[in-house]
Amino acid sequence: MNAPPNPEDTAPGERQGFWKRFSKTLEAGRQSYVADIKEVFGRPALDAAFWDDLETTLIAADAGVPTTERVVQDLRRQAAGAHLRSPADALAYLRADLVGELQGRPRALNLDGAPAVVLVVGVNGSGKTTTIGKLAYLLRREGRRPLLAAGDTFRAAAIDQLRLWGERAGVEVVAHQPGADPGAVAFDAVQAARARGAGPVIIDTAGRLHTRSDLMEELRKVRRVLQRLDPASPQEVLAVLDAHVGQNSAQQVKVFQEAIGLTGLALTKMDGSARAGVVLSIEAELSVPVKLVGIGEGLEDLNRFDPGQYLDALLRIEEAR
Amino acid sequence: MFESLTERLDQALKTLTGRGKLSEADVDAGLREVRLALLEADVNYKVVKDFVASIRARAVGAEVMDSLNPGQQLVKIVDEEMVRLLGDRVPMGYAPSPPTVIVLAGLQGSGKTTTAGKLALFTRREGHRPLLVSTDVRRPAAMEQLEILAKSINAPAYAPRGTDPVAIVAIARESLAEARRVNADVVIVDTAGRLQVDEDLLAELKRITDAVPAQHRLLVLDAMTGQQAVNVTVSFQRTISLSGAILTKMDGDARGGAALSLRAVTQCPIQFVGVGEKLTDLEIFYPDRMASRILGMGDVLTLIEKAQDQVDASQAREMEKKLRAGRLTLTDFMEQLKQVKKMGPLEGIIGMLPGAGKIKNLAGALPTDDQLKEMEAIILSMTPLERERPEVMDGSRRRRIARGAGTDIAAVNRLLKGFQQMQQMMKQMGKGKRIKGLPMDPAQLLKG
Repeated sequence: MNAPPNPEDTAPGERQGFWKRFSKTLEAGRQSYVADIKEVFGRPALDAAFWDDLETTLIAADAGVPTTERVVQDLRRQAAGAHLRSPADALAYLRADLVGELQGRPRALNLDGAPAVVLVVGVNGSGKTTTIGKLAYLLRREGRRPLLAAGDTFRAAAIDQLRLWGERAGVEVVAHQPGADPGAVAFDAVQAARARGAGPVIIDTAGRLHTRSDLMEELRKVRRVLQRLDPASPQEVLAVLDAHVGQNSAQQVKVFQEAIGLTGLALTKMDGSARAGVVLSIEAELSVPVKLVGIGEGLEDLNRFDPGQYLDALLRIEEAR
Repeated sequence: MFESLTERLDQALKTLTGRGKLSEADVDAGLREVRLALLEADVNYKVVKDFVASIRARAVGAEVMDSLNPGQQLVKIVDEEMVRLLGDRVPMGYAPSPPTVIVLAGLQGSGKTTTAGKLALFTRREGHRPLLVSTDVRRPAAMEQLEILAKSINAPAYAPRGTDPVAIVAIARESLAEARRVNADVVIVDTAGRLQVDEDLLAELKRITDAVPAQHRLLVLDAMTGQQAVNVTVSFQRTISLSGAILTKMDGDARGGAALSLRAVTQCPIQFVGVGEKLTDLEIFYPDRMASRILGMGDVLTLIEKAQDQVDASQAREMEKKLRAGRLTLTDFMEQLKQVKKMGPLEGIIGMLPGAGKIKNLAGALPTDDQLKEMEAIILSMTPLERERPEVMDGSRRRRIARGAGTDIAAVNRLLKGFQQMQQMMKQMGKGKRIKGLPMDPAQLLKG
């Protein structure tokens, strides 16, 4: 379909461009429905209307009620102590505060192993297969030799979908028949990677709602198979979260975390108008760090999560840089 | 969480200032809790504001009825208003001169393709002949997916491969000729997922609905969608003037506030809900059930219906008699476990119960399929006498049973203890006592 892309095509400025694009898509999704966050922070005074609108914009960004209240109360305390005099001060304080919260968490992918294994899980339609295709390309560009495992043997044509992504990203795909045991696919993929000196192995899994404990057990089985091959495996268990999902995201993370243990998250569909304020509550309450963020359907539309740039985009601080 | 909302409201309204009537102060105190509950359910902030304002107007001065306390009275008003807002059920209409064309649109991953398959099955069960059409040339293997789904229900599919985006409109148009060729009277057009901010792709969607006489233009929306539900809906509404919507992934534990957001800004009816991965898992939308769910009151009605569907009515009556008389035997116990198993994964059932938030923690305490199998083996290893009168069970009998079932004595003891507890619970129920945490007599659930 597409010719395998040339890894040298990547321009050095691309990383910056990615976040600029992210910022721009947020701009495109500006809600006329609630006051815009940029506009709120641009106001002259810390008055009642400011606090109300700030609360509104944070909730509208899916930050959730508890997180919003915590943030606003803290800002109000600071303002009462005369540390903050204007909305601009509040913005600077808020950004520094949130950066402080988000930074210092390990967000690098652990890819040490022979081969390292990345198990990708999530609810239906969150974007697992697409994320895997893009992750494979990202890792290939970094000089690795990823190998994909078509562990979603349930959904119709999921295997074909992963194969096509494999072609696009220029990486091999290990697949069985539809309906095959996902554990067996994972086993074969790791063996294949060992034989070929490839890695990491990225394993796709069928989408499952976290409320299905039988399907959670299936994931645990895949995990057991991997651990039998290498006790340190899987090095990464990533849950894929759709940025459009609201407070249920936290519940998903919690249940997947309890069932199989997560090492990180991948946020997808951040190119819509979703503000993904959900990141704030998930990181605060469940210590699973966001590691990847996806903003489109193209091969290059996946990047590592950067808290500072994410907050600039979320709070729409453009002039600052 | 019904309990918790009512409890919270009771707490807030403990000192009713007006006499037997809800005063402004009472209502405001209560509405703060309502607002919070709605926001937790992901109802859009602005929708919450408007909704709460309309409740306030109705609630102030309302008489607190004898049968209800102030908190319940307020919940009743909120519930009624929400049901009203969520709207009437609108049956799927068919075009007087075929084909009836249905176009499905929505974000990536909302479940359009699976829903297309479910709708095809639904229309066929209503006596129609559906054709499934894929215009999704973007997502890799989307066309294959639709074809596989079509094949699994023996419906024709039209998914011409290898086309470029320019040809999408042509596919839609040609699908009408294909419908004539295969003698289909319903054409279900799947479209590529697109974001609400992507003007180009929205314009393309418009060209598709313009190219065919699309009687139904349905938005497929994930029930888990957060605050963005409003933006998504407004954007699709503006583009193709939606005629209805389908909420998907309702088998999860999301409260589904998106339904209220969607309905409040588009007025278009929600027609179906997707409740599982199988193609039969499409249900008609009921506003009253949705309202209960958003308010955290649990989907008791769906649960009852499910129980009615699955449980043999005469068997249930027989069982109920025994329950009331407190004459439950281990054979009955096993029958009951089997009935429960038939209703599907226990988590799904629990999710429908009021207070699901709290009860969910119980999920781990419930028997898994493997444990059910073990229980069955144990009971089958008993003699008829032992099943009828478990009290005869001594150490030697227990040992024999454990050996017969391939397990240990501890497992046999666990089962007997569980059975004993259940018997006690049933006796209480037989006396008409309510079990704490359930708003109604659970025995009703088993009635045919």
